[in-house]
Amino acid sequence: MDWLTFAEFSLIGLFGGGLLSLVALGFVLIYKGTKVINFAMGEFMMLGAYFVYTAHALLKLPLWLSIAAALACIAGVALLVERLVLRPLSGQPVISVLMATIGLGAMIHGGVDAIWSGQNLEMPQIVPRQPLLWGDVLVPGSIFWSFWVAVALIAALTLYFRFTSTGIAMRAAASDPTTAYALGIDVRRTQQLTWIFAGCVGAVAGMIIASINSLSPALSSTALGVLAVIILGGLDSIAGAIIAGLIVGWLEAIAVGYFGGKVRDLVPYAIVLVILMIRPYGLFGTRDIERL
Amino acid sequence: MRIGDFRSSYAHDEALLVTPVQRAWMLAFVLALAAFPWVGGTYLTYLACLTGIHVIAAMGLNLVTGYAGQISLGHAAFMGVGCYTAAWLANHGVPFFIALPLAGTMSALAGLVVGIPSLRIKGLYLAVATLAAQFILSFVFREWEPVTGGVRGVNIEAAQLFGLSLGSDRAMYYVVVVTAGLMLLAARNLFRTRVGRAFIAIRDKDISAEVLGIDLFRTKLLAFALGSFYAGVAGALMGYFFRVITPEHFSLGLSIFYLAAIIVGGMGTLLGTILGAAFMALVPEVLRGAVSLLSGVAPNAMALLSPVREIVFGALIVGFLIFEPHGLIEIWRRVRRFFHLWPFKT
Repeated sequence: MDWLTFAEFSLIGLFGGGLLSLVALGFVLIYKGTKVINFAMGEFMMLGAYFVYTAHALLKLPLWLSIAAALACIAGVALLVERLVLRPLSGQPVISVLMATIGLGAMIHGGVDAIWSGQNLEMPQIVPRQPLLWGDVLVPGSIFWSFWVAVALIAALTLYFRFTSTGIAMRAAASDPTTAYALGIDVRRTQQLTWIFAGCVGAVAGMIIASINSLSPALSSTALGVLAVIILGGLDSIAGAIIAGLIVGWLEAIAVGYFGGKVRDLVPYAIVLVILMIRPYGLFGTRDIERL
Repeated sequence: MRIGDFRSSYAHDEALLVTPVQRAWMLAFVLALAAFPWVGGTYLTYLACLTGIHVIAAMGLNLVTGYAGQISLGHAAFMGVGCYTAAWLANHGVPFFIALPLAGTMSALAGLVVGIPSLRIKGLYLAVATLAAQFILSFVFREWEPVTGGVRGVNIEAAQLFGLSLGSDRAMYYVVVVTAGLMLLAARNLFRTRVGRAFIAIRDKDISAEVLGIDLFRTKLLAFALGSFYAGVAGALMGYFFRVITPEHFSLGLSIFYLAAIIVGGMGTLLGTILGAAFMALVPEVLRGAVSLLSGVAPNAMALLSPVREIVFGALIVGFLIFEPHGLIEIWRRVRRFFHLWPFKT
């Protein structure tokens, strides 16, 4: 591989990593807020994309309105899920909560399959596809623009957490629920908000990915690969999710460039195993200290 | 009402079946199992074989996850290791009764390797690590064509045992039931030994267990090895049963199926494993029956079968976790208590 192709693959990988960061952010928000890894994240992504499809292609709403409607629906679903499934299980062992999110994923997946059937659907175009040419390096427009959507969304969320009182309350509840509760923060409400934010972030990522490729229930499996990103970045670090997303995206692209498309699925999991052996809490995660 | 159940000697105290009533029920159960393929017909025998294999595999997962507390999302991959080992051995002329334990041993070795991260991490991190192992092993199954036959799969010749061919479902049924019985007995007795109790101790709190003198390194790896051994044997049996094996058989979905089975049945109980595995194996078949009944009324009901299965599968997991977290075993115990105490109320 010469330098030009290397540069091209690197750029595609880095820009593609933006979407990985976005999905990872969805995982991290929920983990920080409620100490749950949401294995139904992929299903949230898929559901978001299907809502946009339904609103735009079937109900003939304009694109911006369909996206807004889809996000509102996802917020509703996230709220229901938090209230009906996760809250009754708070304080239960890790495996119960983990299996509950997996079961939830299966339910959503089956529901989507039943309502929209399993075929590939044509999504409306959300990001421009026009390829960009810098010198001799060519980058697909969809990946380039989706990267900036991700950046904008992550920046907006960061500002929200820093400057609004609700955002600060959410951070407080995440870092120490008991103290936050004692100080008058409604921890349940912040946890609901966390689920809504994470669901919407995932849904946006799902819409974009579906509009780049195509829309089918297989979309939900992309989220499992993102586990590599949050393990590398640290489960509870937003900065970690962003940086690790770029690293994993770059590594995937380079590995595909060198060894062909077969290894694409393998890369994230190889990264996971290496990271867990060397530095289990990731690049920026907090180290757990256990007391007896 | 059960009265006069006093344990007056050590032999009596150590017995697996304590009362004559229990022994009578067990005898009836064994007889029923033995007679089943002659009464039940081809389809039910086929289902019973599959259920037996699921029971063995779920038992392995319950050893690792239910008793030793190490979450594993890679159980199906260990079954795959066992299955492909058995296939390779069988196609090189190794007889069935040697190939079966060897397949289990090979899986146990794979389990040892995958279990290594459990020494540093636990809980969700371990779940993700075993998930990674699942995907990496699936990749190996797909790509290592000389041994696994790639995506097209590999054929296994019908097993021979003592000169008899095990090609028919009925013959396989007896092999599966006897194997499952032996492995169940082994597991039952394991938890009366130091090792088995050490498993439970590290599940409840690993640091406390270490303080009490349990070697975490050895115990955790042993749990993974043992659980994978069960998976390997189950995988090998599955290979001999289906005779054609593709990587699709050992996907993440199967790993999740076993986790669901032990949750629905009851984590950390052997009877619960059996109930859960049988229940989860039979629910899809009941659904299939219900849907084919409906297709008389609504012609395209069959197309909804696979989504409905998925929804019911998810709803069972979530429902049991919320409403009956101890699983089917708890319902079983409640029913039993009712009859033990009858005519008094519980």
